[in-house]
Amino acid sequence: MIGWALVGACVMAGLGVLAAVVAPRSARPAWAGAATVGIGVAGLIAGVAALSGQEFHAWLPGLLPIAGLRLAVDPLGGWFIAVTGGVLAAAALFGIGYAGGGHGPSGRGVQAALPVFAAALLLVPAAGSVSTLLVLWELMALASLLLILAEHRGRPAVAEAGWWYAALTQVGFVAILLGVLLYAAHAGGDSFADLRAAHLSPALRGTVFVLVLAGFGSKAGLVPLHVWLPRAHAEAPSPVSAMLSAAMVNLGVYGVIRVGFDLLGGGSRWWWLLVLTLGAVSALYGILQATVAADLKRLLAYSTVENMGLVFLGLGAAGIFFTSGAPGLAALALAAALLHVLNHAGFKALLFTAAGSVLRATGTRDLDALGGLRSRMPVTTVLFAIGALCAAALPPGNGFVSEWLLLQSLVHALPAGVVVTAVAMPVAVAVVALTAGLAVATFVKALGVGFFARPRSDAAAAAKESPPAMLAAMGLLAATCAASALAPAALGPALSRSVGVAVHTPATVLSGGLSLHLAGIASTVSPLLILIAVLVALAGCVLLVRLVSGRVVRRRAVQVWACGAGPLTPRMQYTATSFAEPLQRVFDDVLAPETDVDVTPYAESQYLVARMAYRARVPDRVEHALYVPIIAAARRLGRLGPVLANGSVHRYLAYGFFGVTGVLLVLAVTR
Amino acid sequence: MAVFKLWRKIRRIGRTAEPAPPRPSGPPCPKAAALHGSLQVRHVDAGSCNGCEIEIGSAFGPVYDAERYGARLVASPRHADALLVTGPVTRNMAVPLRRTFEAVSEPRIVVAVGDCAIDAGEFAGGYGVHGPVASVVPVDVQVPGCPPEPAAIVAALRGLTGR
Amino acid sequence: MNRTALIATVAQVVTVVAGAPLLAGLMRQVRARLEGRAGAGIGQSWRDLRKLLRRSPATPTGTGWAFRLAPLLLVGTSLVLAAVVPLLSTASPLDHAADLFAVVGLLALGTVTLALAALDTGTAFGGMGASREMTILALVEPTILVAVLALCARVGSTNLAAIVTTTLHDPLRVASPASLLAAAALVIVVIAETGRLPVDNPATHLELTMIHEAMILEYAGRDLALVELAASMRLSILLGLLASLFLPWGIAGASLAALPLALASLLAKVAALGVALSAAEVFIAKLRLFRVPELLAGSFVLAVLAVTSSFFIA
Repeated sequence: MIGWALVGACVMAGLGVLAAVVAPRSARPAWAGAATVGIGVAGLIAGVAALSGQEFHAWLPGLLPIAGLRLAVDPLGGWFIAVTGGVLAAAALFGIGYAGGGHGPSGRGVQAALPVFAAALLLVPAAGSVSTLLVLWELMALASLLLILAEHRGRPAVAEAGWWYAALTQVGFVAILLGVLLYAAHAGGDSFADLRAAHLSPALRGTVFVLVLAGFGSKAGLVPLHVWLPRAHAEAPSPVSAMLSAAMVNLGVYGVIRVGFDLLGGGSRWWWLLVLTLGAVSALYGILQATVAADLKRLLAYSTVENMGLVFLGLGAAGIFFTSGAPGLAALALAAALLHVLNHAGFKALLFTAAGSVLRATGTRDLDALGGLRSRMPVTTVLFAIGALCAAALPPGNGFVSEWLLLQSLVHALPAGVVVTAVAMPVAVAVVALTAGLAVATFVKALGVGFFARPRSDAAAAAKESPPAMLAAMGLLAATCAASALAPAALGPALSRSVGVAVHTPATVLSGGLSLHLAGIASTVSPLLILIAVLVALAGCVLLVRLVSGRVVRRRAVQVWACGAGPLTPRMQYTATSFAEPLQRVFDDVLAPETDVDVTPYAESQYLVARMAYRARVPDRVEHALYVPIIAAARRLGRLGPVLANGSVHRYLAYGFFGVTGVLLVLAVTR
Repeated sequence: MAVFKLWRKIRRIGRTAEPAPPRPSGPPCPKAAALHGSLQVRHVDAGSCNGCEIEIGSAFGPVYDAERYGARLVASPRHADALLVTGPVTRNMAVPLRRTFEAVSEPRIVVAVGDCAIDAGEFAGGYGVHGPVASVVPVDVQVPGCPPEPAAIVAALRGLTGR
Repeated sequence: MNRTALIATVAQVVTVVAGAPLLAGLMRQVRARLEGRAGAGIGQSWRDLRKLLRRSPATPTGTGWAFRLAPLLLVGTSLVLAAVVPLLSTASPLDHAADLFAVVGLLALGTVTLALAALDTGTAFGGMGASREMTILALVEPTILVAVLALCARVGSTNLAAIVTTTLHDPLRVASPASLLAAAALVIVVIAETGRLPVDNPATHLELTMIHEAMILEYAGRDLALVELAASMRLSILLGLLASLFLPWGIAGASLAALPLALASLLAKVAALGVALSAAEVFIAKLRLFRVPELLAGSFVLAVLAVTSSFFIA
């Protein structure tokens, strides 16, 4: 079943590329999108089959030179294949609707890259050897670069985003390459089975893990290698953003689990402490940047950094428990991380598709210019509200369930004996709590300022609801979020199987029908019962109020109270920037906001102001502190080039002479 | 330290509120029937000299304590049942007063406090004066005086709350 | 479902709904007497609510379902909290549905609906209130969860009934440093969540000093009654939660006969806590908005100290 599904996916990818090349411009997005939907569905089937216990191995020596293509699907890979497949199907369906009416990119290259990207995304978790993984990884990176650059003719920011993405992807790829090649060279074989059986010294294993963490972590958006994420995810076309944020970043998580837990067998505690720290820093930094972001897609991209940070925090906790001899807790923490991967994919895809809906209808992503979309785009507003509820980790959303699980694993960490755990766990709980609080503030801002009240610009006032294909795709994603929110125990067996591949615990981690029960811990929660209780309380409240009010009390429509002054203009409403200003002030040491005031006086007198320009922005501080100096240093180094190679033949001859003489001298001395 | 001093002062001074005078008799305002002892009041200064404001402040202060009869000042006309309007309505305040009146849910009560609110008092005929409160919104209760004594204001409020 | 549990839960909900306005009235009366006034009496809040329920609500133009739903959702989540938190008895049918984390989440959900309604009105005051409320909510979360960690570390579960039962069986633990520090941190959390002095002044008329009031300036009549009821219910539930976590004596287990004693002890404890809170408010002034994060950071430090002492000292 798995094999047939994967073959089907590859065939559909080929057909999709053919259709994109051959079809006329107006039909290109529809054909390529349909092929991608097919690939997504095939991936979903393959993933679910793998999660129900089926295994799949394939060895195709002819497809790749020297090493051949080796595929191995187990429940851990199956989890990621299923999540990716679902996201691809929904996002591609959304993309078909998005492209209607001339919106969105329709060039041959871009549309051909889409099925290739989808197939590569599906096959990376199915890779069974080092060379397969590297080839598929690079294929995925190149295809996604083409997709991100889709709209570069219209906006210069897209080209910049493409540069950052390309550079950091290649840096990550080099790190992964070095790490796994080091591993494979010492293991004497290419396949994952050989790597598992290898014995390396602890120093070597540590080096491999750090390199692999750097590479996969940069793909997942770990600080400080995250700087490409807000740019690329914001500038890509919205269906592609959904795929990037909800499917591609998960593969960074997959890589770390596969290499750290499965291949290297758990390793030392300091590895996982490093992972926990990086995850905590990413979570905090990501959500802080999202809180002060006024661009809707940049906000969502930083929220991805935050959620991936939380996943890595869970991974780190799982690793610490595993290496401290508590496999049950490790299984729980890892289950929390995997469940959060699924939940995040669901709500982030929903949020990005809704943002794409808004962008298509209004032409702007700026929250300070949106508003009033509730009456103009009612379905999109409700769907965005569902996504925001899940992203803010409030009950009864699905983010609440995975955060609850993560907190349970951190709270029940054994306090006795291990000082590291006793210090790290409260800090981790505090970080998760602060990110949860800031996430609530962020999504109240995004929903309240972006969709409610009145439109702050003409573009927002002219918005119309999106076509049915887009709404159907968003509805599907919302239904998935609701299902994983209200019935998380149904995922218990699949989750236990995936976790079992990594930490080798045979027991079920999650169980229960109406409530969620954990193995070995007495806490329970039931999101479904909470929702039913709230609805019953609501109904009871309405009935009681009707009873007590007695005679029919009619509701009046009135003007908004403006303290007696004239009617309020939409410009008097709070904007996203003003909403986030108190939090920006509290955290301004971390965020380092910048303001520019440009005053142009009249030529006649310095005291008369002709024009004034004010700009305030919160740049990415990591970019300013880390990357700008590195880029400046690289530029300075590059300027040495014309100095060293200035065209003078005498200088080149001198280089040659002194080079050879120097080597001869060294050889003579060392012999 | 400051807490102890404050506590000793509270103990020393004890109760400042004067004993309640007998309940005012007279025909109750028909709109006040639905109040049942709870009255939320929004004060509107429609151009007053602030003399009436000081007396209203006294009425809600510790000595007269209008709150013990169920009246309370609120921050928004939406939360209020009654408007306490002071001052002759100036030209600038005519429209805001009307808007404030419309922001109150029905049944709405308007209490005109002071001679200026009742018939423009000292400022009748002034170039900036629009007219008495009754020329902008319908008035239900009047409290004459320039300024009226806090006891009179409290009596008017008690007539509305019935306590 | 256990009959005792059902009766106890219904009794809890009814007590909270009936008692919350009385608590609000009691706190106003205590404040009035300390200020030298006579006060309106304990039942004034109920009189206000009864009158407000019969006045027509208002729907300002430009608002939508967020504005309409918020009062109902606020009361709904408060009712669910009243059913979940062990106030009268530890046997609640919803005990396996919601634990301490879910309680924190439901509180946040109520605040969020009100903030969204405030943003929906499109007024500057609504946005201001929502922005400030979200800032305080974000900064209070770490304290709550770390204090919960301090309480749950020894019990082994985050289920509220388990925590209360463990404290009942081992009363001396209440006097341990971890417990006292966690209690101090949670008192500041309750003050911040319910908008009392020094974080927010519930009786202010100056819009620029408002946090909670600013979000409800547009509500009238029945909607306002529901919002005020929900606010006093949340205060009662949080004070009751404090009492159950740190002074649980008197809570009934699974027997109906112990319910009257549980009711009497709950009323006494919550009234005492309310009076203490109200009396303390007379002596302090409201903090500047940008000093509130310092206060919340101080409560976070207390919570971290509580956790550290629970790990390292017995």
